[in-house]
Amino acid sequence: MANDKLLPHLFRTEYRKIVSVLCRHFGFDHIETAEDLASDTFLTAAQTWGYKGVPDNPVAWLYTVAKNKAKNHLQRDLLFKNTIAPELLNDSSGVHEIYIDLSPDNINDSQLQMMFALSHPSLSPEAQIGLSLRILCGFGIEEIADAFLTNKETINKRLARAKEKLREEKIAIEFPSPSEIDQRLESVLKTIYLLFSEGYYSTSSNATLRKDLCFEAMRLCTMLVEHKQTDTPQTNALLALMCFHASRFDARIDQNGEIILYHDQDTILWNAELISKGGYFLHNASTGNRLSSYHLQASIAYWGTQQSDTVEKWETVLQLYNHLLQLEYSPIAALNRTYAFSKVHGKQKAIVEAEKLNLTGNHFYYTLLGELYGGIDNKKAMEHFTKALSLAKTENDKKIIQRKIDSLR
Amino acid sequence: MEEYMLIFRHQDGNAVASPEQIQIWMKQTMDWIGGIAAQNKFVAGNGLPFADARVVRTKNSKPVVTNGPFGEIKETLGGYIVVKASSIDEAVEFAKGSPVLQGEGNSVEVRRIAKGDGIH
Repeated sequence: MANDKLLPHLFRTEYRKIVSVLCRHFGFDHIETAEDLASDTFLTAAQTWGYKGVPDNPVAWLYTVAKNKAKNHLQRDLLFKNTIAPELLNDSSGVHEIYIDLSPDNINDSQLQMMFALSHPSLSPEAQIGLSLRILCGFGIEEIADAFLTNKETINKRLARAKEKLREEKIAIEFPSPSEIDQRLESVLKTIYLLFSEGYYSTSSNATLRKDLCFEAMRLCTMLVEHKQTDTPQTNALLALMCFHASRFDARIDQNGEIILYHDQDTILWNAELISKGGYFLHNASTGNRLSSYHLQASIAYWGTQQSDTVEKWETVLQLYNHLLQLEYSPIAALNRTYAFSKVHGKQKAIVEAEKLNLTGNHFYYTLLGELYGGIDNKKAMEHFTKALSLAKTENDKKIIQRKIDSLR
Repeated sequence: MEEYMLIFRHQDGNAVASPEQIQIWMKQTMDWIGGIAAQNKFVAGNGLPFADARVVRTKNSKPVVTNGPFGEIKETLGGYIVVKASSIDEAVEFAKGSPVLQGEGNSVEVRRIAKGDGIH
C-alpha cells in the first residue's frame, strides 16, 4: 500500500480499536481523553513516519505509542492528584503498574462491549448511529456530516450531547448479564440495521461513503456472529439480510450516484459471493423457535436475488410480507406487500388492497397506485404519478417518476 | 381507535376438506390478515386447533372434563384475530373479508374488547 494511503487506511481500521480499549480503561467520563490520545497517536505517526519512514510493523508501532501516551497521561493525572489532593495517596488504585492491554482478545472484547454501550436504549437512534460511526467505525466528523446531509457543527453538537447522555446515564462498557443479553442484543442489532439503512437508503450522492457505511455495519454484525454469546439466529438473519442487499450495490447505483430500479439493474453486476454468503448466514439463522423480522426480511431479500418471475417466488414473497406486517408494521412493507399481492392476484384486486392503505403524503404510495393502474386506466395512472411527482423530495425520485410519466404518454 | 375481536366459528377443516384445500384456505386467511396488517390495523391472532381439546363443566357442584368440543358442530370456536377499528362498522367490514365465511353456516362474531379501565 502506498504511504499516502497507508495512514488513512490504518486510521480507519485501528483508531476505533485504540479508542475502544482506552475508553473501556478510562470509562465514559473520559471518553474525550481516549479520543484525544488516539488522535494524538495518529498525529505522531504522521509526523514521525514522514521523515523516519514507515516502521516494519506499523500497527504494533501505533499500539506502542498509544500505550505510552495513555500511561504518560495517567501518570500526569496521578501526579496531579497526588500533589493537589494528597488524601488520594491512600487510594491503592494509583500504586500498581499501569497496564494498557492492546491484545487482539482485549481489542475484540472492548469493541463488542462498546457496541452494547453505544446501542443503549436510553440513547436516541440518531445518537446511537452518530457515536457508532465515530467510535466503532472511526469515521471523521466530515464524513458523518456528509452521510447525514448536514454540517460539521451539527454533528459535533450531536456527538457532544450523546456523550453527555452516556455519562448522565452512567452507561458502563461491559457485557450485559446473561439474563439481559437477549434484550440488549436486540438494541445492538437495531443500531447495526440503522447504520446499514443509513448507507443503503441515504440520499447522499457520495456512493463510496454510502458503501463504506454498509460494509461497516456488516463488519460489526460479523463480529457478533463470531462471538459465542452473540451468535444468535437473529444476528445471523440480520447479517444474511445485509449480504443480500449489499449484493446489489454495484447494480443499483450508476456512475452519477443515482439509484437504478430493480428491474432496470444489470444482473451481471449482482455480487454472487455476497449472495452465497447471505445464503450461508440465512441457513445458520434457521435454528431456534423464534422467527424474527430479520428472518422474514432476509428471506424476502433472498427472493430478491432470484431473477425469475415465477408464481412460487411471488406467492412466497407475499406470504413473507403478510407475516412480517403482523410482526411489525411499516409503510414500506405495506407497499411492497401490495406489489407482491398484484403479482399473485392481479392488478385489479391489488388496486382494492392498495386504496385501503391510505398512505397519502407518501410518494411511493402514489407511485405504486400509478403502477397498478397502468394498462388498466392510464388516465388514473397519470393522476397518481403526477401526485407522486409533487410529493417526491429528492431529484433522483423525481427523475424516476418523470420517466414513468413519459412512458405513459 | 378501539380494539375488536373477530371470532371464527366453523367446522373442523381437517374433518371436511383435503390437505390441499386446507392449504388454500390458509393462504387466503394469511392474505386476508396481511391486508389488515398492511393497514396497520392488526393486533393479534391465533388459530385454535380442534385436536385434543377439552371442555370443563360443573355437574353436581363438581368439575367434569369431557373431550371436545367437536368440530362437526358448525358453531365451534376455531380461532380469532384482534383488530384496531374506529367503529363497529369498520370492524364488520374486516370480518366480511374472512375466508371462513365461504362455508355456509360458518360465522364471524365481532366483539369490542373492554379496555380494562373499570368503566367498560
